Amino acid sequence: MKKFAVQDHELVPSHVILSPEEVDVVLKEYGVEARQLPKIHINDPVAKEIEAKVGDVIKIIRLSPTAKKSVFYRLVID
Amino acid sequence: MTLSKKEVQQQIDDLPLSDAIRDALHSGLDGVELRKEQLEEIIAQVQADYEHSKVEPCEAVGVVAAQSIGEPGTQMTMRTFHYAGVAEINVTLGLPRLIEIVDARKVPSTPTMTIRLSPDYAHDRDLAREVAWGIESTSLLHLGSIATDLAEMNVIIELNEDALNQRKITAEEVAEKLREETGLAVDQKGNLLIMAPEEPSYRELLQLVEKIKKLSLKGVDGIKRVVIRKEGDEYVLYTEGSALKDVLLFEGVDPTRTKTNNINEIGEVLGIEAARNAIINEATDTLREQGLSVDVRHIMLVADIMTVDGELKQIGRHGVSGEKASVLARAAFEVTVNHILDAAVRGDIDDLRGVTENVIVGQPIQLGTGDVHLIAKR
Repeated sequence: MKKFAVQDHELVPSHVILSPEEVDVVLKEYGVEARQLPKIHINDPVAKEIEAKVGDVIKIIRLSPTAKKSVFYRLVID
Repeated sequence: MTLSKKEVQQQIDDLPLSDAIRDALHSGLDGVELRKEQLEEIIAQVQADYEHSKVEPCEAVGVVAAQSIGEPGTQMTMRTFHYAGVAEINVTLGLPRLIEIVDARKVPSTPTMTIRLSPDYAHDRDLAREVAWGIESTSLLHLGSIATDLAEMNVIIELNEDALNQRKITAEEVAEKLREETGLAVDQKGNLLIMAPEEPSYRELLQLVEKIKKLSLKGVDGIKRVVIRKEGDEYVLYTEGSALKDVLLFEGVDPTRTKTNNINEIGEVLGIEAARNAIINEATDTLREQGLSVDVRHIMLVADIMTVDGELKQIGRHGVSGEKASVLARAAFEVTVNHILDAAVRGDIDDLRGVTENVIVGQPIQLGTGDVHLIAKR
């Protein structure tokens, strides 16, 4: 049995955990609180792979068909 | 004085625009001699166009998306089944498929996978076939015939030598697997296997036959059929039935390019973002196959709203519409009486902030100019 990284799949965009300072910048830019962000479950395969913890904000760099690259944020919940 | 290539590129890279527009500017201005004012003029025009094409604040994007997908939807075929190319694999297309996607069904009516092979397997037909047989779930019926002897009260399984060789399984392995799964003694004489049920009754005998018919002896559970097709210069496997998790770990399969049409399964195995991409791909493919073109932005909005809470939600009573805050908005969608009754029992309050509820009570809706409030300064 071989192992493969979920993030290598072509359907999965890259996920990065943000540092608390980066989170503040993002929240300020959008003028929202962390709980108002879109969510991602703690047991999501990608969240598990990057070892995210509840309360982390994950930055997702999507390959958008219209803008080529678009950035999205999700809050890790359980 | 003309600007150097580097200066032009630098200026474009600093623009607060999307990568797609920047790339278009780069390729459009490549090798063009520009003066500073000219470049500024171009940039100003592009930025103005970009601002103009943005959605206005308070625009009802959801309604526009719903209508943009709904209108072409009226032109789609109602016929449920179709064959995907020459592969003879049945897949649901057209309107039923689109409904299936937005309903976020746990299992689609015709689950199918597109398995791409790793480079050393993809160009060799024999190796591709080997992978296909490894994945295809093999039952006794593939390998031979099953007969019941009512006089002796036993089941006689006759295995076909060619079929065994083709699928790389031996009669001993089959017998072993049967023993393991049923817990009964299996008498093996060459390619002949004889089994008897625990108690010699007709019922038990028939049940045993049914049970061993369904047993998967080899391969991935749930993959009923595998078809090999050549696409470009590589062989691609199409399956009837879907088991993404197991297939991804299979030797010879390229796990990064293998997909299923079961969006829930993608969500479980590859995560919510992959599920979002899968919704977009499946919906656009379904519409395009019918010769309809819907702007991808509308479909992206649908995919976003379905995945925003970290789990797949359907567009409907049990999902997006059912979770609306307003009682009247929920009641306007489906099962009106239940919603109003429940709300009355609980003593719910409707803040009348959405569109539907304001239409119902006859107030201006809070969209576009309706959302702007003026406050007089004293």
